[in-house]
Amino acid sequence: MSQTQEQVPSVIKAEELNSKFKYEISKMPGAEKIMACFQCGTCTADCPIARYSQFYRPRRIARMVQLGLKERLLSDEALWLCSSCFTCVDHCPQGVEIAGIVRVLRNMAVADKAVLPLVYKELATNLMKNGYVYEIPESRRQKRVEMGLPPLPKPNLNDILKIFEVTGSLKLIEKVKTIEKVRS
Amino acid sequence: MANPKYLIFTGCVIPYRLSSYEISARKVLSKLGVELMEMPDFNCCGYPMDVINHDLMLTLAARNLCIAEKEGLNIMTLCNGCFCSLNETNKALKEDRKLREKINGYLKEVGMEFKGTIEVKHLIYVLSEDLGYEKIKSAVVKPLSKLKVAQHSGCHVVRPAKYVGRDDPENPHTLKNLIRLTGAECLDYVDEAECCGNPIIGVNEEVPFSMAKEKLDHIRAAGAQALITICPFCHIMFDLNQPRIERAFNEKYGLPVLHYTQLLGLAMGFTPEELAVNELRVKPLEILNLIR
Repeated sequence: MSQTQEQVPSVIKAEELNSKFKYEISKMPGAEKIMACFQCGTCTADCPIARYSQFYRPRRIARMVQLGLKERLLSDEALWLCSSCFTCVDHCPQGVEIAGIVRVLRNMAVADKAVLPLVYKELATNLMKNGYVYEIPESRRQKRVEMGLPPLPKPNLNDILKIFEVTGSLKLIEKVKTIEKVRS
Repeated sequence: MANPKYLIFTGCVIPYRLSSYEISARKVLSKLGVELMEMPDFNCCGYPMDVINHDLMLTLAARNLCIAEKEGLNIMTLCNGCFCSLNETNKALKEDRKLREKINGYLKEVGMEFKGTIEVKHLIYVLSEDLGYEKIKSAVVKPLSKLKVAQHSGCHVVRPAKYVGRDDPENPHTLKNLIRLTGAECLDYVDEAECCGNPIIGVNEEVPFSMAKEKLDHIRAAGAQALITICPFCHIMFDLNQPRIERAFNEKYGLPVLHYTQLLGLAMGFTPEELAVNELRVKPLEILNLIR
């Protein structure tokens, strides 16, 4: 994509800036070093997703966190385009874990905005129902044994559901509105 | 030295779609003297839940670690994603007392406690560290010296370096070394250390397809006859999705994608049938003729 096609963000109004947001974020595991970002752009330059997407720019995300543009960040669907390859984490000269920050923002979008791509809701639902994130049909379980593989381990579904409950995840998943596809 | 013994953690996607990886891994490891025990209880490693709630991922991963601690055995994963979440959780909980206490608070509700007594390894580190290159090389009875391949290690077996602490994420060499032991030549290509794109395929197909297409172009230009993977997600991206990528870009690659354990198994004298090679989407007929 050429630079001219990139979406230009609209003018930022002073009242959108939440100066406390960066401190809120930096308390979360993985996002501690957000203040150390000096906008060199290594993360965006080396990001394989940014190469093919008009909207996903890790450096912009880091700056928006520092500026406290919480509302814009949490409602930006491009957040879901990070593939968690951790190239940005390993390359950042300041030790900022950008992929960790993106994960924190995703968790916040689920908790505060109640949004989640449909695929993750389906995976979570399967996991609670049968311990695996996919529905593995009985025919495939039988085929395993025919092919000489041992039967699949039996999950303890009570434990799994309990973990969803005590971590507050069950409530989150029940109330989310799902996003079908994210444009790139 | 006693034979290595591991709890095998197959994860979800391998039993769901890639039995060929599990079949070939079990055959090869058994012949090399690695003893595999079954998980007596199991849940998803937690990796796909990290986007929803980090504590959920950590607790699901830690529950598996607790099961392994109770068995007194280290975990071996076949999947890069399972390695990522189980290894990261294991290291983070061992190092960070506050985090450990928090997650143990959740685990208490299911009668478990993380103690930090085991290790998590991906298959390729069991091969390279526990067995060693010499032992593997001595098991090769049918060197694949006519074969030229390329490798796709995937991200999470080397990244983030902070938690993996092995190999070189910029120039991964463990899988290359393991491939060379089979007698096959391992060719370089420009973006071989980059992501396959599969993790976001559920929310967007255009980006991962473009990423994989560019890699397929580079692999073809390098002259590789096959691509070798060690991660089910990379494998799905390049094998199962290859016909869809071909249609999307009006291209024809026909590039066979083998699990490393199938390549090693062929060199160790197993038949293609024994290694479930027929389960692959892109049939590796030319390669099989070449090494016959």
